[in-house]
Amino acid sequence: MAVTALGSTEVVRPSVRRRRLEDERWLALVLLMPTAILLGLFIAYPFFEGVMLSLSSARVGDPGEFVWFKNFVKLWHDSIFWTAVWNTFWYTAVTTVFKLGLGLWLALLLNRHFRGKAIVRAFVLLPFIIPTVLSTFAWKWMFDPTFSVINWSLFKLGLISARINWLGDADLAMTSIMIVNIWRGVPFFAISLLAGLQTISPELNEAAAIDGARPWNRFWYVTWPLLLPVTMVVMLFSVIQTFADFQLVYVMTGGGPANATHLFATYAYQIGIVSGLLSEGAAVSLAMFPFLFVIVVAQLLYIRRVEVR
Amino acid sequence: MAEVTLHKLNKKFDTTHVVKDVDLQIRDKEFMVFVGPSGCGKTTTLRMIAGLEAITTGEIRIGNTVVNEVPPMDRDIAMVFQNYALYPHMSVASNMAFGLKMRKFEKSEIEQRIKRAAAILGIEQLLHRKPRQLSGGQRQRVALGRAIVRDPAVFLFDEPLSNLDAKLRVQMRVELKKLHERLAVTSVYVTHDQVEAMTLGDRVVVMKDGVVQQVGEPLELYNTPANRFVAGFIGSPAMNFAEVTLAENGGHPVAEAPGLRIALPDALAARARAKVGRKATLGIRPEDIHLAGAADAADHCFEANVEVVEQLGSEILLDTRVGPATVVASVDPMVKVRTHDKLKLALNPARLHLFDAETEAAI
Repeated sequence: MAVTALGSTEVVRPSVRRRRLEDERWLALVLLMPTAILLGLFIAYPFFEGVMLSLSSARVGDPGEFVWFKNFVKLWHDSIFWTAVWNTFWYTAVTTVFKLGLGLWLALLLNRHFRGKAIVRAFVLLPFIIPTVLSTFAWKWMFDPTFSVINWSLFKLGLISARINWLGDADLAMTSIMIVNIWRGVPFFAISLLAGLQTISPELNEAAAIDGARPWNRFWYVTWPLLLPVTMVVMLFSVIQTFADFQLVYVMTGGGPANATHLFATYAYQIGIVSGLLSEGAAVSLAMFPFLFVIVVAQLLYIRRVEVR
Repeated sequence: MAEVTLHKLNKKFDTTHVVKDVDLQIRDKEFMVFVGPSGCGKTTTLRMIAGLEAITTGEIRIGNTVVNEVPPMDRDIAMVFQNYALYPHMSVASNMAFGLKMRKFEKSEIEQRIKRAAAILGIEQLLHRKPRQLSGGQRQRVALGRAIVRDPAVFLFDEPLSNLDAKLRVQMRVELKKLHERLAVTSVYVTHDQVEAMTLGDRVVVMKDGVVQQVGEPLELYNTPANRFVAGFIGSPAMNFAEVTLAENGGHPVAEAPGLRIALPDALAARARAKVGRKATLGIRPEDIHLAGAADAADHCFEANVEVVEQLGSEILLDTRVGPATVVASVDPMVKVRTHDKLKLALNPARLHLFDAETEAAI
């Protein structure tokens, strides 16, 4: 019966297009197409244009010509550029360490049971929710040498006798910016790490407690290794964002005093948009790329290693 | 080796009183099982012994030391958790070594102990694996191994077999029993499964709503339950209960219900005489009911309509209707019975139980 039935069904053959789609390779291609077009249009093409721009001598009102690596050679001899490079690394490194440390500490505290836990957790997120430009303006006023609430407090406490010019001194300005970045970034670390902590079964800590591990050992041998994959992903996001930070420096100091607090992004803006040297600005932006690329690849490789364990 | 003593132990979470005045003496080397429905306070009691839960009032002693304020790590206990609680990022060997490492044992000593425990549990070939590469039963063994290597004064088990499938559970139950015989360490074991309680326990504590209902050896609980709850909880299939009125028939106490009049045996009759005219609950286990024969006295027999026949091979369970009540009887597997048959069943009067209708305590 079955054999005869099979034999009689040969008539309708699917169309060519139909058969193509039955092939997984063709189907995959078709399904990937929308994404590929979007990525190409909005990421690959602008990136390519950026590269081309950085290799030209374009400025506002002048399309310029192809000049090979002239802009990069110029940057190589630009001391402000090297300050910006150093600043960016220093800024990213210091703030990430503090954000991780404080965020982890906060996450561990918030992971405990206490009254009003939900409200505190919501409040912790506030610095992250307020638009950066607004909160940074508030900080700028707080750091103002004359009207500053910080100076006022220190003065009243008898800790200082003269005004501190927070944003007028090169080192202090950098420190001030870092403080604001840490203030803004800690909630992201705290909440993400808290989410990570909550996936760790409390039984593991109980088992470790019975096994004789003191609180520090319980953290070091149980909690920290299990939290590591989440920590690495959070760090990755944070490093990328901090490395390419713009608005905070732009609002607080505009790169000053005397170009002392420029980061890659603000310096690129300064040259490319403010000074109108589009091609040189593009070169500064693009110079960020290899550094960021190395950092991201290293971190992704490490994350993969951690997750395989 | 140690005794564990609970004295007037209480635990309250905010307003809920989950453990109420528990008094218990767990003897040295004894295997004590806490059993009861979920929410009865058995796990909370275990966690208080472990030191994972603060004691509201009362006292716990391990050996001669009051441990109320002693942290878990200094109580000389080891615990096996329901979900195993193996450290997922450590190998089996590291999992077992962790407790010893924290206690600063020599490396050679740690290796030796792991080797010995692994041999006892048959997990030598798994030592380098990670927990996620193990089956449920293997994880359970590793959790046991982690407890064994520590060589503690008391083992605590929190429903350790409940995540295993039925067949494996039976197998691990036997192994646990053997393990206890071999190691002879005081053990406290929490379960909701009365079969586990009966087979594993030297003694069993039955709890309900935070209160200890009865403490005794398994057969003691089975033969002389202290109240209706214990009678219904211990034994499978569960004991039959019938609401009866105690009356007298020709000077002899009888239990009466619609469609039923059972003469009470002498021992029970003596105790029931004072309560004649009152309501009570009559209990009889399915295995103490059989098809009536010539040897059965008429006042221990009753008529029953068969509603369901459950063939179990070794026995037949009959779900029958007697007046308004349902009665389950376990009868000889050779008997031919069909649904809707009318039968005459007889009960073994010596195995009757009688409970006060109000207090539910055994009469």
